[in-house]
Amino acid sequence: MADRRPITLRVNGQELSGSAEPRMTLADFLRDELGLTGTHLGCEHGVCGACTVLMDGRSVRSCLMFAVQAEGHELTTVEGLAAPDGSLSPLQEAFSTNHALQCGFCTPGFLIAVTEYLAEGAPGVDDEATLRARLSGNLCRCTGYQNIVTAVRDAAERMRRSP
Amino acid sequence: MSDPAHPYAPAGEPGSPPVRPANYVGQRLRRKEDARLLTGRATHVADLRIPGLLHAAVLRSPFAHARIAGIETEAAAAAAGVVRVVTARDLEGRVGPFVEAARSEISPLLNEKIGPTLKSCPMPVLAADRVLWVGQPVAAIVATDRYRAEDALELVQVDYEPLPPVSDPERALEPGAPVLHPELGDNVQTSFVVSVGDVDGAFARAERTLSARLVMGRTAANAMETRGVAAVPDAGRDELTVWDANARPHLVRTFICEMLGMPADSVRVIGPDMGGSFGTGMFPEDVLIAFLARELGRPVRWIEDRRENLSNTRHARDQIHQVEVAFDGDGRILALKDRYLIDAGAYNNYAITVSYNSAAHLRGQFAIDHMRVEALSVLTNKAPVTPVRGAGRPEVVFVMDRIVDLVATELGLDPVEVRRRNLIRPEQMPYPMGMPYRDGVDIVYDRADFPGQLNRALQMFGYEEFRREQAAARDAGRRIGVGVSSYVEGSGYGPYEGAVVRIDPRGHVTVATGAKPHGQSLETTLAQICADQLGVTPDDVTVRAGDTALIAHGIGTFASRSAVTAGTAVGVAAARLREKVLAVAAELLEIHPSDLDLDHGAVAARGAPDRRVSLADIARAATPGPRAKLPPGMEPGLEVVYYYVPPTVTFASGTHVVGVEVDEETGFVRLLKYVTTDDCGRMLNPTIVEGQVHGGVAHGIGNALFEEVVYDGDAQLLTGTYLDYLLPTASDVPPIAVGHQEEFPSELNPFGIKGVGEGGAVSPPAAIANAIVDALRPLRVHIDRVPIGPEGLYRLIREARAASRAG
Amino acid sequence: MKPAPFEYERPESLGEAVGLLAEHGEEAKLLAGGQSLVPLLALRLASPSVLIDLNGVRELDHLRLEGDRLAIGAMTRHRDVEEMAELRTRCPMLVEGVSLIGHVTIRNRGTVGGSLAHADPAAEWPSLVLALEGEIDATGPEGVRTIPAEEFFETYFTTALAPDEIVSEVRLRIPESPRVGSCFLELARRHGDFALAGVGALLELDSSGSITDARVTLIGVRDRAVRSSGAESVLVGARPDAEVFAEAAEAIDPEIEPVSDIHGTSEYRRHLAKVLVRRALALATERAGGV
Repeated sequence: MADRRPITLRVNGQELSGSAEPRMTLADFLRDELGLTGTHLGCEHGVCGACTVLMDGRSVRSCLMFAVQAEGHELTTVEGLAAPDGSLSPLQEAFSTNHALQCGFCTPGFLIAVTEYLAEGAPGVDDEATLRARLSGNLCRCTGYQNIVTAVRDAAERMRRSP
Repeated sequence: MSDPAHPYAPAGEPGSPPVRPANYVGQRLRRKEDARLLTGRATHVADLRIPGLLHAAVLRSPFAHARIAGIETEAAAAAAGVVRVVTARDLEGRVGPFVEAARSEISPLLNEKIGPTLKSCPMPVLAADRVLWVGQPVAAIVATDRYRAEDALELVQVDYEPLPPVSDPERALEPGAPVLHPELGDNVQTSFVVSVGDVDGAFARAERTLSARLVMGRTAANAMETRGVAAVPDAGRDELTVWDANARPHLVRTFICEMLGMPADSVRVIGPDMGGSFGTGMFPEDVLIAFLARELGRPVRWIEDRRENLSNTRHARDQIHQVEVAFDGDGRILALKDRYLIDAGAYNNYAITVSYNSAAHLRGQFAIDHMRVEALSVLTNKAPVTPVRGAGRPEVVFVMDRIVDLVATELGLDPVEVRRRNLIRPEQMPYPMGMPYRDGVDIVYDRADFPGQLNRALQMFGYEEFRREQAAARDAGRRIGVGVSSYVEGSGYGPYEGAVVRIDPRGHVTVATGAKPHGQSLETTLAQICADQLGVTPDDVTVRAGDTALIAHGIGTFASRSAVTAGTAVGVAAARLREKVLAVAAELLEIHPSDLDLDHGAVAARGAPDRRVSLADIARAATPGPRAKLPPGMEPGLEVVYYYVPPTVTFASGTHVVGVEVDEETGFVRLLKYVTTDDCGRMLNPTIVEGQVHGGVAHGIGNALFEEVVYDGDAQLLTGTYLDYLLPTASDVPPIAVGHQEEFPSELNPFGIKGVGEGGAVSPPAAIANAIVDALRPLRVHIDRVPIGPEGLYRLIREARAASRAG
Repeated sequence: MKPAPFEYERPESLGEAVGLLAEHGEEAKLLAGGQSLVPLLALRLASPSVLIDLNGVRELDHLRLEGDRLAIGAMTRHRDVEEMAELRTRCPMLVEGVSLIGHVTIRNRGTVGGSLAHADPAAEWPSLVLALEGEIDATGPEGVRTIPAEEFFETYFTTALAPDEIVSEVRLRIPESPRVGSCFLELARRHGDFALAGVGALLELDSSGSITDARVTLIGVRDRAVRSSGAESVLVGARPDAEVFAEAAEAIDPEIEPVSDIHGTSEYRRHLAKVLVRRALALATERAGGV
C-alpha cells in the first residue's frame, strides 16, 4: 500500500489511530478506517454538508479535508453527540420531538452544524431569515427545513432553560 | 350517510374480520426510526462492514452520441489494486439486456382501453457499440478500494467516433434528425391518444378559445444518499445477498434473477436504511454489481458519486405542452386539447407511466367534460427520464393552473373566482372522469370537497387581507402576489402489497412488508396500524421492510402507495392474526372468543379481567409441537400473510396558496408564505403527514425556481455538480402552514387512507408561477416555462414593459 | 469522486514552505483552507503530484488591528475576520463581504491567503483588498515583496505571484472616520452561492454631506475583481443622491466584461451590477450619516 501515514487524533473524546494515504479524505478515514459511519457523504465536493464534523470545536466539511490534516486534532462526529449513557443531546431530542428528520441522511451534518451554532449561543435564532441563512449550508431533501427550524429553536430554548 | 358509496368500495372480503377502531392511528407519535438516525447508527449500503470487500467504479461516456470503435483495458487491468475490468464484451451472452420494464409497467386493461403505441428499446447494462448519453456506463472496474478503481478509470482507452447528437425533443421529431435507435424507425418511443366527450363539438360551440405552449424543464430527484449496491456471493451455493439503496427490493431481485439466470430464492435483496429516493428506477448497476460479485466470488460494492448521480439518476419532468382551451364568458372551461412531448432521454424503461399520469391528472379538480390529449415520448441523447415525486402531475397541474389564470386574465376576472367556477362540487362525488386510470380502471374520484378545500386554504392564507396588502404594496412600489394551485393524485397504486405479521413466544410482534421506506416513517406508521389491531403498543412492534427473504412478493415504495397498500395489508393481516390469538386464548381460558378482549398485550375475559392470558403465553401455546394447545383443526403458529390488492387507486387532493414578492428590477423572487390544505383521507400520524408535505413543497419550490438539469445544444451536461444544479436551501423555503381536510376517509380501504408522499411536490410550480404573474399583473407577464430563474423573469418583465410602451 | 494520488508535505515554517515550493516547482500546489482546491482534486480537475499543506505554518495565522491597519496572516480563516468585533461597526463592507463567502462551515476552514491566491473573479476577498487599499506580501526564496492590491489580480485564477512565492500577509486600511459608510451587496441564486454580481461600496462624506472619498468594487463581472475608477470619479465631490448613484452605476460600463454561464448571461450580470451599485451607494450613504 503506497505511502500510508499513521494518524492519531481524538474523536468524540477518545484517542484513535489509523493510517491513510495522504489523499484519503477525512470523511473516508472516519467512515472506513475508524468505522464511524454516522458521518455521511452526499456530494464529496463540499456543497451538501452531510459530512460536517467539528474539528477543535468548529464545523468543517470532512470531504474537503484530508485525514492527514486532522492529525493531533480533536473531532466530534454525530456518534459523539449523545451522553456516554446514551441519552440524547437536547438538540437530538428536539430533532426527534419536532420530526426534523425523515430519511435522516443529512441529519448528522445538520446536528453537527447546529451544535456549533448552539454553542455560540444561537445568535439570531428567533429571526427567521438569520436562522435559515445559518442552516443554508446543509441540504435536506425530505423535511423542507421547516421542522429543522422548529427543532433548532426548541433546542436553543431547552438549553436556555437548563444550560 | 347521504353520499352515494364509491362504486369500487369493497363489500368486505370474506374471511377478513372488521378492523378495530383507531387508537394509535392518528396520534402524533415520535418515530421509531429516529434513535438510530440521530446517533449515527443507521446502516446504509455504504456503511456496511463486509470482510474482503472490493470496490467498483464505472467508466461513463463523455459523449452524448458516439460509436465505440474499440476499448483498450489492458493498462487499467494492470494498474495497482485492480482486480477486474469489464466491458460489454465480457457480459455478452451472460447478462441479458435490461428486462424490458415496459411490459410489466403497462396494465393489460389500460393497454386494451387506449391501445398505446409502444416500441421496445431495452437498455444494455454496459454500452456495446454506441453510447447514447453523457454518463452512460461503458466499463466497470473492480479494485481493492474506490481510490484505486478511480485511478484505473483514467487508464481505460475508449475509441469514440462522435455521432451527431440530438438534445431537443422537437428537433428529434424532424425529418433528418439523428435517430437514436435506428431499429425503431424514428425517435417516438411511445404515443397514445385519450379522448373524453366531444372535444370538437365543444370547441365549435365555445364562445372563446385560447392556446398556450407550456413547458416544464428537466429536473432530477436528488436523494441525499446516492445510489449504492453491495453484493455478497455465497460461491459454494451460487447464491447472492444484495444490499441495494433501491426502493423496490423485489423488483431488483427479479431483474437480477432474469438477467443473470438465477432462481428467485438464490438471490436475497435487502434494502437497508435509505437516504431518500423520490423516484423509482432500475439502473444498470443494480444488476452489474451482482454480476461482478458472482463472477469474482467476492463481495463487491459500488457507491454512486454525486457526479454520476447528476448525469444519470432519476431525471424527470421535461415536458412540452401545446394546449388549447375552450371556455365561456363566465370563465367556465368547456374543453381542452393538449398535445405534449416528454423528452424521455436515450432509453425509456417506464413505457407510458409518466405520460399517462399526465393525461390522467390534467383536469385535476376541475369538471371539464371534453378533453383530448395526445402524448409522445421522444428519445434524445440525454439521460433516461424516470418517475420522480409527482411523476407527470406537476407538469399538468402547471399547465392547467396557468390555463385557469390565462382564462381569468382574458376575461378580467379574479383567477380564484374562475377556479371556483370550474371545480367539481362535493355533491357530484364520487365523480367519474370518463377515462381509465393507469391501472386500466375507469377513474372515479373518492369523496372530497374541493371548493371547501379552496376556501379553507384561502382562509388560512388570509387571501382577502393579502389582496389589501397587495394594493398598498403596489402603491409603495413593491410587487407582491398570490398564486393558487390545486391537484388530485391517484395514490396507492397496485397491483398489491403484502404483509407478514407474527408474534414471537415472548409476545413481541414483527411485521414484514415488501414496501421499502426511504424516509416515509413506515416503521412508525405501520407499527401504529398493527398495534391497534393486536392490542399492543407500537413499541411492541418491529417493522422490517424491504427484505426479499422475509416476504415472498413485494412491490416497493413509490407512487404515494405504501401507507395505502402496505398499511392496509398490515392492518388486515394483524386483524386476522387477532382472530387467531383470540381463538387460542379461548382454548386456554375456556371462554368463548366473543367474550374475550385483546388489549395491553393480553387477552382477558370481558367483565373478569383477572382471567387473562398474555400474548407470550398464547404464542407459546401456538408453537408447533406436543405442548401446543390449539383449537381442533387450527394450524400452529401465530403468523398471518396477507396480500392486499387494491381495487384501484384512491384519490388524494390538495390546494396550495403562496405569496411572493418580486424584485422587478432584478427578477429575484422571494417566497413570503406558503399554505397547503390536503385531503389524504385518514391520517396515520399527522406529524408525519405534515413533514411529507413540507418536503414535497420544498421539492416543488426547487422545480419552480431553482433546479434544472441543463444540456447544451450538443447534449453535453452543464449541471454536473451541486454548484450548478441548485437544490433549495433553508433560505429558499418559506414557512409552510399545513391544513388538513380529514372528513373524507377513502372508501376503498378499511382504514380510509389516501396517499400523501408526492402531493406536496405537485402544486408549487403552478402556484408560484401564478403568484409571480399576479405580482406583476399590471405588466401582464405570462410565465410559460418553469423553472424560472431570476434572469428568465427579468427578461419577461423587460419584454412586458417594452410591449406596454409599444402598445 | 476520489482525488488522484499526491505526495504530501506539511512544513511548519514559512521558510520551510518556501523551500518545498522551490524544490517541487510547478508540480506542487499549496493547500491552504482547501475549500476550492479539494473539490477540484476530488473531481480530478486538478491532480498536482505534491501538495504542500500550509496549515502547520503557525506564523501565517494572525490577525491584528493597529490604528487603521488591519494585518491578516495568509492562513487566517474567513470566520476569524468575520467575528472580529471591532470590524463590525468600523467596516461593515469587510464583515458583510466576508460573511457572504459560502457558509459558516466553509468560512471556518477557508483562508484569506488562499482566496487571494486562487483569484476567483467572483470571490469576495479580492474586491475587499482592492477597496481597502490592500497590500499583499509575497514570500519567496529571495524574501518578501509587497504587491499593491491593484497589481495583484491579473486575470481568471491568475495573480502577480511568481510560481515560487507564497502569500504571507495582507494589510488593509480600515477607515476610522464616523462619516464613513460602507456595505457589501450581492445577488446570488441562493444564499452562499457565488454571486451573479456583487458590489462593495465605501463612501466618506464631509460635514456638508458631499462625498470626499469613494470606493466601488465589483465581483463576478470581469476576469478579476474590479475597482471602478469610473464610478468613483463620478462620486467624489458630488452630493449623494439617486441621480448621482445612477450616473455612477452607468460609469462602470466600460470597466466590466461579464461572461455568460447557465446562471446568468453577460448582459444580465451587467444589469445586476448596476442595480447593486445604486443600492450599495444608497446604503453606504445612509451608514455614513447622509441621507
